[in-house]
Amino acid sequence: MSATLFGLLGAALVGIGLFGMLVGTQPLMRIVCFNLLGSGVFLVFGAVARRGGGAGFAADPVPQAVILTGLVVAFAATTLAVALVLRLAGNEDEDRH
Amino acid sequence: MIAGLAVDVLLAAGSLGLALGVIRARRVFTAIALFIAHGLLLALAWVRLDALDVALTEAAIGAGLSGVLLLAARHRLARGGSERTTEAPGRVATIFIGLGCACITVALGYAVLALPKPAPGLAAEVAANLAATELGNPVTGVLMVFRGLDTLLEAAVLVLAVIGVWSLAPDATWRGTPGAPWPAVTDGPRALLARLLPPIGIVVAVHILWVGADAPGGKFQAAAILAAMGLLVWFAGLVRVPPTASWPLRATIAAGPALFMAIGLAGLAVEGAFLAYPEGLVKPTILIVEFVLAASVAAALALLVMGAPSRDAPP
Repeated sequence: MSATLFGLLGAALVGIGLFGMLVGTQPLMRIVCFNLLGSGVFLVFGAVARRGGGAGFAADPVPQAVILTGLVVAFAATTLAVALVLRLAGNEDEDRH
Repeated sequence: MIAGLAVDVLLAAGSLGLALGVIRARRVFTAIALFIAHGLLLALAWVRLDALDVALTEAAIGAGLSGVLLLAARHRLARGGSERTTEAPGRVATIFIGLGCACITVALGYAVLALPKPAPGLAAEVAANLAATELGNPVTGVLMVFRGLDTLLEAAVLVLAVIGVWSLAPDATWRGTPGAPWPAVTDGPRALLARLLPPIGIVVAVHILWVGADAPGGKFQAAAILAAMGLLVWFAGLVRVPPTASWPLRATIAAGPALFMAIGLAGLAVEGAFLAYPEGLVKPTILIVEFVLAASVAAALALLVMGAPSRDAPP
């Protein structure tokens, strides 16, 4: 039950995040929406993990480990995106001077 | 059962509402604040999905470090006042984008509802082979043994991300101190917390790292907490970060992945397979890799939040 509900929430978050990313005008806003999209993907995978539980485990540990890896990699991508946005803003300052 | 369902529905509804709030927000600050709240609710959702390791990581990295990163970036952009914005799509384009995104959500939702029963999974295989790893936490077993290569590559991604962020430094500050420096504060909540929290945080992080072998926890969660403690002290202006040209700093970031790779190669020589651990020494080997990786990952995460060397004046 939890698995299906949060799986559907994940599906909704993917749509919301993608929409925000495509229609957003501010770079930081789009990065936030990229993270919403990512959390939706992880939740759908989390639902798969929860359903795959068995053999004494409440949830399948393999998808969980992959989600953990994904969270860290998504964070690394976010920091790189933020650094790019800050550098672009800095460049514009230099253009004006 | 009913109480559990009520909690699930509340969490899902709250999380959905906050996500809608993020894309409706006019100000970036509002969007980031709602996003952090959303991340904390998601961490609780992961608890409900019985994925405690993921819940810890989501709270520490997804909500915590990401939130700090985005808020600091907004602060710097707001002071510069020159954020590059793109043109908003027209009304018709927005409607089509909305329809397209709705289609993706419906398709994904259908896929979730149509998942096969009984659900296929690798839980049985993990349970059958976990004894060989001498670990009690199946997620750590998957991360360090069954899918050790993923973890090695992930650690390498963090090093590459640090190199990428540093590479964005302007020529004037190249090889300088990471991030925009923060002035030392002597009173107020920031100064107090920067002195009060780190001892507690370090104990919690080491505990989470140590129990990770047998209970939810592990190097990534511990590293995120350590990084947060380091950042707290940095934001209070109490530490000076070595410049990016410093070799000890670079060695700290690279040590974890380098050791992991060396042990992997040693496995190739001794046991005949890359990342095969020596017989009888599996758990000690894993723990050594976990501890060194935790230190490297913590340094990498903190440096990623600090950002490229910048000549921005302190806030």
